Order: sequence, then C-alpha cells, then structure tokens
Amino acid sequence: MKYQVQENCLTIFLPREVDHHIAEEMRKNVDELIDQNHIKIVIFDFQDTEFMDSSGIGVIMGRYRTIYLLGGEVWAIHVNERMRKILSLSGVTKILHIYEEEMA
Amino acid sequence: MNNTNEMELTFDSRSANEGFARVAVSAFLTQLNPTVEEVSDVKTAVSEAVTNAIIHGYESELKKIVIRCRIEERTIYIEVRDHGKGIEDVKKAMEPMYTTKPELERSGMGFSFMEAFMDKVSVESAVGEGTTVKMEKTIGKGNQLWTTQSI
Repeated sequence: MKYQVQENCLTIFLPREVDHHIAEEMRKNVDELIDQNHIKIVIFDFQDTEFMDSSGIGVIMGRYRTIYLLGGEVWAIHVNERMRKILSLSGVTKILHIYEEEMA
Repeated sequence: MNNTNEMELTFDSRSANEGFARVAVSAFLTQLNPTVEEVSDVKTAVSEAVTNAIIHGYESELKKIVIRCRIEERTIYIEVRDHGKGIEDVKKAMEPMYTTKPELERSGMGFSFMEAFMDKVSVESAVGEGTTVKMEKTIGKGNQLWTTQSI
C-alpha cells in the first residue's frame, strides 16, 4: 500500500480490494504514520478501489476516533458509485467527508 | 430439475482466503449473467460471512470453512459454514453496529451488509458446534430500492 505525508496531512492510496486481510496491516502502518508525523488530516484515496467490505469501514471508523481526538478530519476522495453505496449504507458518511469532484 | 447447478468449496480459515472465496463464488455466479452491481453485492456478502467465520467462529485458529452454492433457475443460494464456537444470541449478533470484538475495530456492520446486498439471510448457530449463514439472491430483478441505515 502507498502512503503520502504532506505536512500534517496523510493520504492513504487504498488497494483494489479492501478487506479484513489487508485491514490489519493498514491499521498498523497508518497509526504509526499518524503518530510520527503529527497528522491532523487523513485522506482515503479510493482511486483504485473496486471492493470494500465492513472491515474497511472499521478501519475508517478507527482512524476517525484517533484523528477526532487530535482535532483533525477524515476525508475520502475519488469515490466511485459502489464505494459511495458502501460508505453511505454503513452510516460512516456522518463522520467522513466525501470530496466531490467538480464536473469537467 | 434441469436448471440447477451446485458447487462446494472447502478452504482454510486464513484471511488470505477471503479474496479467494468471493472470487470463486462470483465465478460460479457468472452463468446467471449478473450485472456488475449484482456481482459486487454477492462478493460483499460472501466476504462478510467468511470474515465472520475466521474472526468470530474460529477466533483466528486454523480450521476449515465450507461454502456451498446452489443455483436454481435465476436464484443463487449460498451457505457459509464453520465448526467454530457458535453464536450465543443470533438476534443480537445481527443488530447493526453490534460487535463482540471492538478491540479489533470490527464495525459491527457485517450482517447488515449481508442483509442489504442479498434478498434473504438466515443464520443457524449452536454454541460449541458452529455457525451456518444461508443467503439467497435472485439475479436479474432489476434495480431494487435500498435505503441508507442510520447509526
């Protein structure tokens, strides 16, 4: 998985499939990065993601808890129709900002 | 009956097999010419059931998970079975946001996702004996309404 840190902002480039198998490793890496870099904003980039189940929702909710205590925000970008459905169905959209791209 | 087809799959309860299980079931499903949406729905439901078996049924012990699929006309019936510790209170386990493993950051949305993406979901479980999740979905019904669930 790829991560990018810019100042206090961490972008997580999610893989094609986000499930329980990948979630454990991701959680560990992300928490280390948040800790080391004084991260305030976490961005989940769904550009390449075609599949996500409730394990992915767990990762987002968990990162929100951490970031919320630090006074930060959690965002989602490049969200396709399927991911939008998964996110809104889970109710996680109440805590996660979805960045809406402007129509070109 | 002519229009039936079955398959059975046994695999180790390793998290790496979650991807294998959903791809195998969706490959079996292709004979019904499902839409991309329908394939995703079934994949999500299978992933949830298998993940539950691994995390809750076997609590990460290495044992076997069995998936049985049956196609009848345009309906797929899927059973995901483990011989793990079983569920004490199935009704409670199926409530949205309920989880017995918050320390693992389980969202408690597994059964809600299965119910949202399949037509029918039922759970048979006995403590100490294991759990079987039975799901079914009719392919080609067109878009159904779905509503968002609030926290």
